[in-house]
Amino acid sequence: MAETTEKKEKIPRQPMPEQAAKVRAKNFEEVPTGYSPEVAMIEAKRCLQCKKPACVDGCPVGVDIPGFIGHIRDGKFEQAISLIWKRNGLPAVCGRVCPQELQCEGQCIIGKKGEPVAIGNLERFAADFARKSGECELPVKAEPTGKKVAVVGSGPSGLTVAGDLALKGHEVTIFEAFHKPGGVLVYGIPEFRLPKEIVFAEVEGLENLGVKLECNAVVGRTVSLDELFEQGYDAIFLGVGAGLPTFLNIPGENLIGILSANEYLTRSNLMKAYLFPKYDTPVVRGKNVITLGAGNVAMDAARTALRLGAQSSRIVYRRSRQEVPARGAEVHHAEEEGVEFHFLTSPVEFKGNEKGRVTGMVGLKMELGEPDSSGRRRPVAIKGSEFELECDLAIIAVGAGANPLLTQSTKELELNKWGYIVADEATGKTSKKGVWAGGDIVTGSATVILAMGAGRQAADSIHDYLTRGW
Amino acid sequence: MFTIVKREEMANGTVVLNEIEAPLIAKKAKPGQFVILKATETGERIPLTMADTDPQKGTVTIIYMVVGKSTALFKSLKVGDGYLDVIGPLGKPTHLENVGNVVCVGGGTGVAVLHPITRGLKQVGNNVISIIGARNKGLLILEEQMKAASHKLYVCTDDGSYGHHGFVTDVLKDVLTKNDIKLVVGIGPVPMMKFVCKMTKDFNVKTLVSLNPIMIDGTGMCGGCRVSIGGKTQFACVDGPEFDGHQVDFDELMLRLQAYTEDEKASHDEYCNLKKEKA
Ligand SMILES: Cc1cc2nc3c(=O)[nH]c(=O)nc-3n(C[C@H](O)[C@H](O)[C@H](O)COP(=O)(O)OP(=O)(O)OC[C@H]3O[C@@H](n4cnc5c(N)ncnc54)[C@H](O)[C@@H]3O)c2cc1C
Ligand code: FES
Repeated sequence: MAETTEKKEKIPRQPMPEQAAKVRAKNFEEVPTGYSPEVAMIEAKRCLQCKKPACVDGCPVGVDIPGFIGHIRDGKFEQAISLIWKRNGLPAVCGRVCPQELQCEGQCIIGKKGEPVAIGNLERFAADFARKSGECELPVKAEPTGKKVAVVGSGPSGLTVAGDLALKGHEVTIFEAFHKPGGVLVYGIPEFRLPKEIVFAEVEGLENLGVKLECNAVVGRTVSLDELFEQGYDAIFLGVGAGLPTFLNIPGENLIGILSANEYLTRSNLMKAYLFPKYDTPVVRGKNVITLGAGNVAMDAARTALRLGAQSSRIVYRRSRQEVPARGAEVHHAEEEGVEFHFLTSPVEFKGNEKGRVTGMVGLKMELGEPDSSGRRRPVAIKGSEFELECDLAIIAVGAGANPLLTQSTKELELNKWGYIVADEATGKTSKKGVWAGGDIVTGSATVILAMGAGRQAADSIHDYLTRGW
Repeated sequence: MFTIVKREEMANGTVVLNEIEAPLIAKKAKPGQFVILKATETGERIPLTMADTDPQKGTVTIIYMVVGKSTALFKSLKVGDGYLDVIGPLGKPTHLENVGNVVCVGGGTGVAVLHPITRGLKQVGNNVISIIGARNKGLLILEEQMKAASHKLYVCTDDGSYGHHGFVTDVLKDVLTKNDIKLVVGIGPVPMMKFVCKMTKDFNVKTLVSLNPIMIDGTGMCGGCRVSIGGKTQFACVDGPEFDGHQVDFDELMLRLQAYTEDEKASHDEYCNLKKEKA
């Protein structure tokens, strides 16, 4: 809402410098380039240093936001990052990918009348400063306890558990199915949004703390949970994510050129298909690309397609703009780069040629009806409104489910009706003794910060168990 | 690194065997399961069904045909070199059960995958008749091993340079006509499996095939390996790789295997040129 009664001249929210839309839509370098120290200090001055900071309530891990912003304002960047690290082990990641508008910035008092303090940008600044200067005190590690913990999965939940427990003196080993650690941060989120170097630096930090990393270890296949206990692990944390792609189950879906977002992004990010043939893994490079869905995953896919040479990149979404679940910044960036949005359109069928390659998608127009169980107005098909959109690549980004590989091979784990692991909300304890779980495998696809929050709680509970019992 | 302890060339150098140190996988692996291998930092993840495992020695054996850049790169690895990443064992093991008379049919490098399954079927008490084939005598692999793993072995070559002159399906028809066969296992090139299944369907004999679609993770997280089984989509890496051959949509599989043909060719050409320049 525009307020016209403002008198005092105020510092405006400092814009994040970015690569120009036309340029960046053709490269994989990071889109926002980060605040300079001067700009960060100006932005930090905007913070009112509230006595009862609402922003902290909005942060799932309770970072002392006014505290670290105060340090940035005073030019004490090392102190700023030390303060953040007390609550958040992955600030360079969170500053870039958290939905700040729904969390800290959404609660910011000055945001009620104008634009909120750019908390995410400042968090990113402090973390990048620390990484680049290397001038920060490392957290202190407790005396070794002699207890061993296995962490399964190296996404944000697993990394958080590993870091917390290593600091508390336990011997931690991370088991990761892929050949590289990082989970979605590495295989899913593209380089232009989260440079992989940042994730690997965070993992290296953990290794410096003594955390061991076993890649290529598919728990449930290469080794089972019971075997891990037999090998002397005292506790196990499961942070295996929601790694099961959802398909649409419509005719023509197995045509060549129709990929799940997981496959498309894994090829491009983890396997670096965007550097093909320097890297050996190829990916379908469509000229006319359709992405189905409108979450962060869909935005990442549609924007990757542009960078891989697409002439048109369209998002097709069943609901309207109001219901788009992606971060505001992602939608904004996507539109700037030229991604087109087709709202209220539902896919009905894919068409292909004699070579089995996709050539188009038949869509159906929708209109909004009554609200459904999620409170969002349900899209209803308009009869006879079928139309065809041409495409040579279609990416399915309509959500993910629970991957059953590990859970099905572990009998005592209680699952809910969707196959997610049932875990205590406060502690992450599962139905199997000595086993905790957290992140997307418990909540379903959520966010980095919620996965980290769950990891933090589980780590506290595991520490309790290792020092006091189940 | 996963070190290569033994290397052999077969079928005039078109097929290579690697025995690789991978103790955790060797301990767990069962016939029918596969591994994913990646040779270098910039390499592709390639799924290969294991041809053998030695839990005592801690090794797994793979046998692959050199068809593109990645397998050409694999071929360049010597004993003492290694793979950067080996992941497994993946997929469901073969269900080994004594059903009576079984026929194991293998074509090309499919024989390598068929061999441990044949051995397993014999071990649990079946009477095993095997039929293996290749385009010509020089391309035939594992004849001795298959002989030892079966009660009776037939060999065919397309050009008649060795054994029976003709396709494995010719011999299969004869065997199915003269014996009361309970199960057929057919592993080889997709067209071969398709024709084996067509024939066994006429005889109404249950048939297992092992599918090799394009894969990335091998753990059910990408869906790139999807195949149509009885009209339903399944993921070969976790629901397979073995399926009821009479339910498989082979035509779709054949098309999907062509997804990256052009890229693969470009990549292979570049690799060959680089090698030439170096030499
Ligand atoms: C493309 C994309 C974009 C996203 N963008 C955002 C964003 O902007 N902001 C945001 O907050 N959230 C975003 N998310 C969601 C966020 O990334 C996830 O909620 C978060 O990563 C979940 O963390 P996790 O620790 O539960 O699991 P994951 O990050 O999924 O990691 C799980 C790890 O476990 C491994 N694993 C699985 N099974 C096994 C096994 N059996 N043995 C060993 N290892 C195993 C996997 O290989 C993986 O590395 C995005 C997700 C995707 C896919
Ligand atoms: S290879 Fe990815 S799901 Fe099978």
